[in-house]
Amino acid sequence: MSGLFQIGEHLAALPLTWLGLTLVAYILALRIAAALGNSPLANGVLITAALVIVCLLLTGTSYETYFSGAQFVSLLLGPATVSLAVPLFRNLALVKRSWLPIVVALIAGSLTAIGSAVAIAALFGAPAEVIASIAPKSVSAPIAMDLAKNLGGLPSLAAVLVILTGIVGAVIVTPLMNLLGITNFAARGFAVGVASHGIGTARALQVNQTAGAFSGIGMALNGAFTALLLLGFQLLHS
Amino acid sequence: MTEKDTKSLSPSAWVAGFAVLILCQLLGEALVSALRLVVPGLSFPGAVAGMMLLLALLIVRKGRAPAVLAAASGLLGILSLLFVPSAVGVMQYGDLIAAWGLQLLVAVIVSTVLTLLVTVGAFLATERYLSRRQS
Repeated sequence: MSGLFQIGEHLAALPLTWLGLTLVAYILALRIAAALGNSPLANGVLITAALVIVCLLLTGTSYETYFSGAQFVSLLLGPATVSLAVPLFRNLALVKRSWLPIVVALIAGSLTAIGSAVAIAALFGAPAEVIASIAPKSVSAPIAMDLAKNLGGLPSLAAVLVILTGIVGAVIVTPLMNLLGITNFAARGFAVGVASHGIGTARALQVNQTAGAFSGIGMALNGAFTALLLLGFQLLHS
Repeated sequence: MTEKDTKSLSPSAWVAGFAVLILCQLLGEALVSALRLVVPGLSFPGAVAGMMLLLALLIVRKGRAPAVLAAASGLLGILSLLFVPSAVGVMQYGDLIAAWGLQLLVAVIVSTVLTLLVTVGAFLATERYLSRRQS
């Protein structure tokens, strides 16, 4: 028994263990999501994180120890953000054709996303670090985490709120737009990309190809625009 | 994104594509930190600056960068995996979630619905304005 315990202790000290756990949990989560018919509610990030957290709690492992291995996955978020230039480039012709509606909707949507989230959180009396963490909730997680950190928020809380926003938008968008009788899939897709980044875009691609392309555009543009907006905000306050 | 992108690439092409993505980000980080010399305290995600640089590169090369496209598609394909370590970080904020979880959920739902409505409305209104002006 004590031999087994020693082996366990040895493995727990290896960063590779926690990298391995993350990958195995992700594969398991994808299987679980597929078994649930890939419904937008069965979100891969949510299930993977839940599996990992349960393992960490059962083994009494701290987040610091876990992150010693898992940081190698996080490190790729930056290059993944750079990669968003690719869907943007592929849809450049579409962007050129509807550039004015895109610009107007981007500005209106981005301001609404930040303003309404901050206003509601402030109305509830949330502390400043929580408000700073919810402000960038509609943009891709790597950008949102960076922005939250710069604004004095908590990057991991921001990541959770981003994922939550993605799931909410992905679940709501189709029934909402159908209810309003909106059949313009470019507009529908762009809206869900601005509101709910990559998770919304994944959903839009399931519904309609045009919606998917415009959603990818909305996601990439809102990432850049939100960063610029919060930068302007910082400059005003410095 | 398509199979054609990834099939005929050698392992070293993958490394090259990945290296270009990293170099774009590093160049973006360098640009931001150079701007900080002019505007102290400025903060802007280096990766977003890198994204703009890569877009410019793709436009200049007219998309002829198969290794970069393949590496980027590969990364975007596992995007949800990359968020996991940060999402797990929420376990450090049990007290915060217990105290603010419900309010944050309400804020996210209301704000997301509002954002969807405003964005789709602004898009359609602008299109309608343009087509009316043309006719």
